[in-house]
Amino acid sequence: MPIIELEEITRIYRTSAVAVEALKGIDLEVKERDFLAIMGPSGSGKSTLMNILGCLDKPTSGSYRLDEEDVSKFSRNRLARTRNQALGFVFQSFHLLPRTTALENVELPLLYREEGLSWKEIHRRAREALESVGLGDRLDHTPNQLSGGQKQRVAVARALVTRPRVLLADEPTGNLDTRTSLEIMDIVQRLNDDGLTILMVTHESEVARFAERVVTLRDGLIESDERTESLSARRELERWLAQAESKADQRTRKSAELKEVPEAEEVAI
Amino acid sequence: MKWSAVPYVAVRALTKNTMRTVLTALGIIIGVGAVITMVGLGQGAAAEVEEQVNRLGQNVVLVFPGERQLGGVSIGGGSANTLTVEDALALQEEIPEVVAASPEVRSQRVIVHGNRNWHTRVYGQSADYLQIRQWPLESGEMFTHEHVGRAALVAVVGQTIVEELFEGADPIGQTIRVRGLPLEVIGVLSRKGMSLMGSVQDDIVIIPYTTGFQRVSGRTHAMVINVQVYNQESMGIARAKMEDLLRERHRLAPDQPNDFTIQTQEEVAQAATETSRVMTWLLASIAGISLFVGGIGIMNVMLVSVTERTREVGLRLAVGARGPDVLLQFLIEAVILCVLGGIGGIVFGILSTEVIARYAGWPALFSVEAMIVAVSVSAAVGLFFGFYPAWKASRLDPIVALRRE
Ligand SMILES: Nc1ncnc2c1ncn2[C@@H]1O[C@H](COP(=O)(O)OP(=O)(O)O)[C@@H](O)[C@H]1O
Ligand SMILES: [Mg+2]
Repeated sequence: MPIIELEEITRIYRTSAVAVEALKGIDLEVKERDFLAIMGPSGSGKSTLMNILGCLDKPTSGSYRLDEEDVSKFSRNRLARTRNQALGFVFQSFHLLPRTTALENVELPLLYREEGLSWKEIHRRAREALESVGLGDRLDHTPNQLSGGQKQRVAVARALVTRPRVLLADEPTGNLDTRTSLEIMDIVQRLNDDGLTILMVTHESEVARFAERVVTLRDGLIESDERTESLSARRELERWLAQAESKADQRTRKSAELKEVPEAEEVAI
Repeated sequence: MKWSAVPYVAVRALTKNTMRTVLTALGIIIGVGAVITMVGLGQGAAAEVEEQVNRLGQNVVLVFPGERQLGGVSIGGGSANTLTVEDALALQEEIPEVVAASPEVRSQRVIVHGNRNWHTRVYGQSADYLQIRQWPLESGEMFTHEHVGRAALVAVVGQTIVEELFEGADPIGQTIRVRGLPLEVIGVLSRKGMSLMGSVQDDIVIIPYTTGFQRVSGRTHAMVINVQVYNQESMGIARAKMEDLLRERHRLAPDQPNDFTIQTQEEVAQAATETSRVMTWLLASIAGISLFVGGIGIMNVMLVSVTERTREVGLRLAVGARGPDVLLQFLIEAVILCVLGGIGGIVFGILSTEVIARYAGWPALFSVEAMIVAVSVSAAVGLFFGFYPAWKASRLDPIVALRRE
């Protein structure tokens, strides 16, 4: 039973001057526990598709069935509930609330849950989510005190904290270096192993290798859709670390501690 | 959504944007404070004017020498030499409606007692002056017609004199000297406060006008004649009779204008009230401008942050907030700001009114209406500009709000 079914989805952006046909008819089925990578050149419509899947945007035509329910018939409130409970979204540019601690950023979706959780429960779940992405020691850090990789991990924790059915990630590693990308992919793979359905946009084939299925878009249409043997991000990360260590050894003859390089600019929400 | 989460989110949003919060609150505080101060001072002044007009005396008519514009409230002047002591006596004797008339002669003099001296105004008046002004004595007594008749060296002094020259001690029976002329203090006036012109009325020495003319001022003509009329109803007729009598005494031909000016207490009051109304309006417009400037400030702060706030709304929507959740948050934020700013503004307004009132010796009144108007206007501006962008953002698709640049 597919958890996501798209039929003939189109999306036309109408600006004052021109109409851009970003999606020209997308048919797609995603089964539960699938790990899908959406690839394609820049401008091929990946983000547009992702936003529609995430109920952040509406298709111009076509039907989108999520868990066998027609999303186009949802009221605004029902859409909000779906975004809150069924879906988790990770953006390329993190979109964390500035001047707000990691813990509070992760608590955010829980505040908007319909059945009110106790404050204790909200704090506990948010802390757990942050611990699960390895940020148990960064609860009180604000975004500008976190590196890019840490920010994205906070964003992943925020997407997970409501225990969604589907995790949608639009170029989650787009702003990250190799090592932090591998760390994020490791987390994503573990989540998939735990049963989470994952759709991830990327334009890097190295990142797509960690998925089980790769869908390629071109000019608003699906060009190819194939299952692949997925690579373990954990193993890739270990290999990369070993390599980096030996390089550092060669250079300095010392065992250099690898530290993440904090990114300078803070991307505000 | 969890009900307690909305105010929580709102308060967090306020505390995380300290600068925005402080600037907005400041806009409200300045607007509200300025209105309260200005209107308070204006109304205080108006009330004081009214009070003063009442304190002018009862059924008083003033006769000034020379032709003066009606509306010139000034009780000073007295440039022309057209009014004589005999005029005053004639008014009192020949017009039945006139109860008393006191020719006034003023001079600025240094008065001395022991080794202390004090610069004050010495008024020559008739024995009826205190009755005309409805000015009771605190102790001692007023000089009599007999004192006036023989130009006695006696004086009645105001509270300021008691304080400055006698350091609060009882001056009755003591002697003060004006240019070497010894005057025995026989009475002390009760406190009167400020006059219409803002001078301290208690800074005064009253002596018989005869003494004033002959020994102190060196003048020959009255600077004002203070007249008291029998009652309110006879004011008009008395005024007409006074005019006829003075014209006759001054031998004015029918085509000649008056060489004196008669002002009833009401006319003085009218002129004074007019002046104070103009001032109240002036202050109110300054207040209005402050409110406007404060409003612009609030608006600017709010509008500058629209983009950031739009993206914040987008993010909240993206993680599952409903439109109303976000709107309620922004509404609570705006209300908290307005309430805090309003309270701050009221406190600021009251304090600055007090300070100005004390420093400038200006009476102040607190107007509840002004507070309500000022707070409502600022609140309306704050609510509108705090709420409107959020309302617009909450109607967008989350991704559009999130991507707003
Ligand atoms: N808000 C928008 N308004 C107008 N055109 C847009 C908008 N967003 C995307 N597009 C256009 O739609 C096409 C697909 O964009 P997008 O989905 O962002 O591609 P990708 O994520 O694959 O790079 C592009 O041609 C882009 O210019
Ligand atoms: Mg994109």
